[in-house]
Parts: sequence; structure tokens; C-alpha cells
Amino acid sequence: MTTATANSHDDHHHGPEKGLMRWVKTTNHKDIGTLYMWFAFAMLLVGGAMAMGIRMELLQPGMQVMDPHFFNQLTTMHGLIMVFGAIMPAFVGLGNWLIPMMVGAPDMALPRMNNWSFWILPFAGGILLSTFFMEGGAPAFGWTFYAPLSTTFAPDSTDFFIFAVHLLGFSSIMGAINIIATVINMRAPEMKLMDMPLFVWTWLITSFLLIGAMPVLAGAVTMMLTDRNFGTAFFDATGGGDPVMFQHIFWFFGHPEVYIMILPAFGVVSHIIPTFARKPLFGYSSMVYATASIAFLSYIVWAHHMFLTGMPVAGELYFMYATMLIAVPTGVKVFNWISTMWRGSMTFETPMLWALSFVFLFTIGGFSGLMLGIAPADIQYHDTYFVVAHFHYVLVTGALWAIIAATFYWLPKWTGKMYNETLAKVHFWWAVISVNVLFFPQHFLGLAGMPRRIPDYSLQFADFNLISSLGGFAFGASFILLTYIVVDCIRNGKPVGARPWEGAKGLEWTLEGKAEYHSFNTPPSRELIKQESQHS
Amino acid sequence: MKRLIALLSALITTLSTSAFAEYGLNITEGVTSVSHDIYDLHMLIFWVCVAIAVVVFGAMFYSIFAHRKSKGHVAANFHENTKAEFLWTGIPILILIAMAIPATKVLIDIEDTSKAEMTVKITGHQWKWQYDYPKEGIGFISNLAQTSKDKIYENNNKPENYLLEVDKPLVLPVDTSIRFLITSNDVIHNWWVPEFGVKQDGNPGFINDAWAQIDKIGIYRGQCAELCGKDHGFMPIVVDVKSKEDFNAWVAEQQSAKAAAVASATKTWSESDLMAQGESVYNANCAGCHKKDGSGMVPVFPAMKGSKVANGAASDHISIVLHGKGGMPPFKMLGDADLASVITYERKGFGNKGTVVQPSDVKSAR
Repeated sequence: MTTATANSHDDHHHGPEKGLMRWVKTTNHKDIGTLYMWFAFAMLLVGGAMAMGIRMELLQPGMQVMDPHFFNQLTTMHGLIMVFGAIMPAFVGLGNWLIPMMVGAPDMALPRMNNWSFWILPFAGGILLSTFFMEGGAPAFGWTFYAPLSTTFAPDSTDFFIFAVHLLGFSSIMGAINIIATVINMRAPEMKLMDMPLFVWTWLITSFLLIGAMPVLAGAVTMMLTDRNFGTAFFDATGGGDPVMFQHIFWFFGHPEVYIMILPAFGVVSHIIPTFARKPLFGYSSMVYATASIAFLSYIVWAHHMFLTGMPVAGELYFMYATMLIAVPTGVKVFNWISTMWRGSMTFETPMLWALSFVFLFTIGGFSGLMLGIAPADIQYHDTYFVVAHFHYVLVTGALWAIIAATFYWLPKWTGKMYNETLAKVHFWWAVISVNVLFFPQHFLGLAGMPRRIPDYSLQFADFNLISSLGGFAFGASFILLTYIVVDCIRNGKPVGARPWEGAKGLEWTLEGKAEYHSFNTPPSRELIKQESQHS
Repeated sequence: MKRLIALLSALITTLSTSAFAEYGLNITEGVTSVSHDIYDLHMLIFWVCVAIAVVVFGAMFYSIFAHRKSKGHVAANFHENTKAEFLWTGIPILILIAMAIPATKVLIDIEDTSKAEMTVKITGHQWKWQYDYPKEGIGFISNLAQTSKDKIYENNNKPENYLLEVDKPLVLPVDTSIRFLITSNDVIHNWWVPEFGVKQDGNPGFINDAWAQIDKIGIYRGQCAELCGKDHGFMPIVVDVKSKEDFNAWVAEQQSAKAAAVASATKTWSESDLMAQGESVYNANCAGCHKKDGSGMVPVFPAMKGSKVANGAASDHISIVLHGKGGMPPFKMLGDADLASVITYERKGFGNKGTVVQPSDVKSAR
């Protein structure tokens, strides 16, 4: 067998089950990918609504819309929902949809566990959101939930928050195991590791980060649970414990966590730019090694979030140097993307617009990150809006931009239809301009001295807060258009063939327009793998 | 090498945007050697980032314009260049080392509090600061000023230093090396005055330190910089830096006021004196949760009106205020007279029918 289409099902009556139970019981990676993506999108809108509330309160000095305790609930839940409900599930969804196709496998290695990994999420999300309705309100101690604000001084709903975090962690750990098993064991026999597409590499490496980091988070929240309910004093000095230890444990998870949220994004961009530049990815091996270096380094820099906790000088120096080092492999990746573009033959369809704007805006986020890593300078940046600006640039115009780029890029493969390119371009410009109006002034607010997580501010911060809020409303509104474009594509899009993007490479583009429900029942041949390889 | 960096950053600093701090675009140069060092380092790193951005984005945008299919550009096929890869790995490492050297110097200097001439102890509370001068034997609480508190839920006429003014500022002498000992009584807070270049977490049960020598007399304002609960945004810092003579005069004044307060705690106060004092103590310390009109926020913050505690036994009421209970923090750091007056205000105000409490009652309950 030399063509992929001969691998699709002969029995046409054995398609997906009919009705709602299909979605409950499915073990098909495409269905599960779809479930994850829609769940993530819904959570993005919920978290986004919370952000609109935040920006509404911060529109002007004074408290107009809510009381300070509710504001703290919104900022906390906005962070938790976006990190655990939107970004992470979206990347898992992309991984589920694409990895089996990209490695020529019929499905994930553990399809039933895959179903469970997804279905835990709506329950975990429901428990987390239900805390808004509990006495004392939802968690209000920031998504980083430092003790003892989150232990001794926290409302009753905190125990439900802890349970939700445990569930979210199980889901991620099971997903990571599944991805590693699939990539190592289910990959087409003719495909070596260094033949794999970059998106698969970044997800493989991310899975190791997840397996190392999520159990540490579980440890942190369990210690919180026992401090709150079973008389332990892990984080309570009066019992011999240490609040700073909480931060060490949290950030040992937290720093790899942010790389978990960005490495798959790097993978997506490494697919899109070569396609629309009609040129092979520059420096495939370096891209793999750089990703692995970033992952390794991400484990040894955590205390750069803790420069002001009272760390000894030697510790601060070490963490500063290690943090600065991450700029090197990250820079290598940026240079490689630009070198891919260089002397290519570029066209600027929507996925390319998102990918290019990722490179530009994520790099700006990287520069503010480098500044933050300089420990003495961090004295003036720590816990200000400068930090808020930094992480929104790398997470929104970084991770989220890559997710949106991936959606437009692979939507034809998932649906067999093309989205409306004109509308999509309008949406792109609307989003990219408004997101910068929203977040760029926050750099200035931070430098001018505005702390983060405050519901009200002194008068010198009024102008930039106004601008930021207006940008925020415009950015929020852009998601209405995005929803329309996606739904319109699914219902009314023009049908496309197997490879709607002329320069695209990868096994998924050998499958018919909308990838068949069960693909690669027999593995692809060596010729096909070579033909579609990024590593030419 | 160090001279070159110093020269370069001095050049960049003069060329640069210190004026922009007035427009709220940049950090402050501040009034201490620490804040100046941080500013210079910040500008150096910033310009290095700008230079790198110009080169990298320059190449990227050039490519976007020149290497497009619509211009007829045909794609090349190269996908490797070992020499380029070595260069763009090695050169960034060198740039990072060049940045790390001045950063290391500044950090070591900032962390060294050994040359301090005086010490101030700062304790974060939910939601106010407590300042103690161990050697001078004085101390007090610093709350958000009433003029700001009154304007939070109103739409107009905010005072000039809205949310950055307090009832009792920290007072310090100019040109003196001061060590700050920072801790907390409840959750993690963080004491930050941008113009001093001082920011440090206050961890409950532990003491952190920082230092500054302030070069200029004046008023300096800062904020709490670690989320500490509902009024995290409402516990500012104001530092009044005086000449050494004025500072010593202020200390002497505080010491005699303290002696007077201790003395007055042994006398018997009239009910009207207690109520008057009690009202201002209540508004500064209690109204944040229990509200100015005593309505509280049931069930989290009980109401004063009709409160069983305020109408019940005085000893129970004193005990709760002194030692706290559940979500209510202890207030034993307030003086006997202040406590007696605020407890009396709660027991006799808000339509309550409780008894008067004297400073000596509070003292014996401690």
C-alpha cells in the first residue's frame, strides 16, 4: 500500500455512533480532540467574561462595579480558568487530533483512558465555577494561591478548589502518558524520531514536563488541604512551617507549567511558517534540541518568581543566571523561524498572519521576561503590571495566538471545508490591534508603579487603565466574530481537497479533505513518510 | 570592561527617557543609590533589548516585504547553516554575560544591609502597616487616610494623592543608612517604596531585611505589593523624610506622647472623651470590615448594630478585640486608651446599650 486513502474504512456503515452518546462514549482521537477544543473554547469565553469584568472595574479610579473581594475572586478565577480550562485543554485537543495522524498511527495508545482524560474536565471545571455560589465566595487568593492567604485565611470553597485542581491534574497526567505511549509505540515503524514533525516533538517533550510537574502541584494542594483541615503546619510558622516553602513547591510546578503552555505553540508555528513560505523548516535538529534545552532549563529556574521572598544572594544570583540562559535556545527558535521565511516565497493567508504575529509579539513578551529575570531590576517590576503585561504577551499573543493559528490551519482537515478568508482576515486585524491596545500600556503602568491584583488605583494610573480597558472590550468583542467564522465554516464552508495549502507537508495532508474517522489503519510507507517529512 | 559598561549606561541614561517617568512611562530614578543603580541597570537592559529587536524584527519585516510570492520571489531551498547557528547561539551568550556582570554587582550591593545606622521594623497587617522604632521605643499603625476611604465608592473629586495617603506616615531621617526589618502578622504582604528601590516580602513568622539611604528630604509613597486579601489595594505607604534635626525632634515628641498615653491609660476617662476618641479609632481600624455605619457584611463581618457582643459582657468584648477570633484579627498592638475608647464606642454607639470600658480594664485583660 503506497497511498493513504487505501487505508480508510471499507465498511461504510461503521462510522461514528449516532446521537449524544457518541460524544460520551467515544474513544476516537478525532472526536476527543473536538471535545477538548470546544470545551477549551467555552472556557476561554467564560474566562474572558471575567476579564471583561476586571477591565470594567479598572476603567476608572474608584469602585463602580463590584466590591474588592469579588474583584479578587474574578482575577483568581480568570487565571485558573484560562490556564487550566482554556490553554491546556486546547493544546491537548490539538495533540489528540493531530499526533496520531502525524505519526501514521490509527489512534492514541490508550483510547479509553483518553475518553476519561477529557470527561474529567467538565466536572472539574464545574466544581471550580460552582465556588462562586458558595458562602465566602470563590477562591480569591490569585491563581498562584500563596499560603497562608489560601490556607488559614481562605474561605470554605477552597477545599473544592483543591479537589478541582486534583481532577485537572489527573486529566493532564493521563493525557501526557497517552501521548508518550503513542509517540514511542504507535508511531509508524518507518518513522524515526528525527523524522517526526516538530509539533509531535514539542508535544512529546511537553508530556515529560507534565509528568514531572503536575504531581508537584498535587503535593502542594494536598499540603494545603491538610493545613486547612487536618492540623498540619506545612506553611504555618506558628507550627514550625514556612509560607515560603509553599512558593518553592508551587513554582517548581509553576515554571514548567508555563513552558507546558508554550512548547506546543512553538510546534504549531514550526508547521505553519514553512507551509506558507514554501520552504523547509530551517534547522530541524536545532529546533528539536532547543526545545529539549528549554524544557530542561524550565525545571531549574523556578525561584525567579521568588526574588523578593528573602532569598540569600547566592540563590538569587544562581536563579538569575539560569533564567537568563533560557533566552539562548528560545532565541535560536526565533532565528530559525525567521530563517525559514528568509528567501522563501510567502503568501499571507490567515494561519500565516497569526503565526507571524506570534513570532513578533511573543518575542516582545520574551524581552520583558528577560528584563524581569534581572534580579535587582525585578525589585521595581515584581508584582506590578509589568509582570501582567509580560505574561499576557507570552500567553495571549503567544500560546493563544498559536491555538487560533492552528485552528485556521487545520480546520479544513477537521471539517473538509474552508473558512471565509475575508472575514478571518478582518478578525485577525481586529484582534491583533485591540490586544496591543489592551496589553501594551500595562508595561507603562507597571513601570510607573501600579501594583497588580488591585481593584482600584491612584490617579496617575488613570489614563493608561482607560486605554487598556477600551482595548480589552474591543478584544473581547472580537471573539464573537471568531465564533461566527468557525461555526460558519463548519456549516457552510466550501469543500476542500486533501491539501488546501499548497506548501503544506505532513502525513495528515495525505488524507482526504475531511480526515476519515479511522485513518492510518495500516501504517504509511517509507516513501510517503519521506515525501511528507519536514526534515528534508 | 566595568568602566565601559558604566560609561555606556551613563551615556544611554542621559540620552534617555528619565523625563518619561513623569508621563508614567518609566520607572523612577528615585532618591537612593540603590534606586539609581536599579534605574541604570534597567535602562541598559532595555536598550540592549531594543537593539536586538531592531536587528531581529528588521530582518523579519524585510523578509515579509521582499520574499513574497506576489512579488514573484521564488523560494530557495536551504534549511541549514551551521556557521550562522553557532553565531546566533554564541553572540547571545556573550550579550547575556555582559548583562549579568553589572546585574551581579548591583544585586550584591543591594543585599548588604550591614552598614545600617538605624533600624525600623515594619509589620504588615490585613490591611495596614505597623511601624516600630526598636531603639527609640516608639511605634504606631499607619492606615489609609480617611479622605481617600471616603472617596472609594464616590465618582468625583478624588483627593490628589488618592489611595496613596495615610493617617500616620513613617518618618525617617535623610542621609542616614536605614535597615528595614519586614515581617507580617497574618498573610504575606510586601513593603514597596519605588523611589527608595526597596521592595521586600513580609512573611508571617519570619523577618526579611532591606536597606536604603535616602538622599533627599520629601514625601515618598508606595503600596503593598503582595496580594493579601480584600483591601490589598488600600494599604499604602507614606514616608516623610526629614532632616536629621527634625527627625530627632519628631522622635522626642513621639516619646513624650507615648509616655502621656501610658499615663492617661491609668486615669478614668469621661464617656464623651471615650466616644470621641473611639470614633476616630473605629473609622481608622474597624470600619474597613464593619463599615462606618456599623452594618458590617453579614455573615462574614458581623454588624455592630444590635451585636450580642457589644451589648453583652464587657470582658468578652475586650477579649475578642484584643486577641481576635476566627476571621477577626487581634488588635492588641493598639494602646489601652485607644482600645478602651473604640470598645466603648462600639458598645454605646450604633444604638447599642452596652457599658463603658476604661483603659485600665483593657490593661488588666491583657
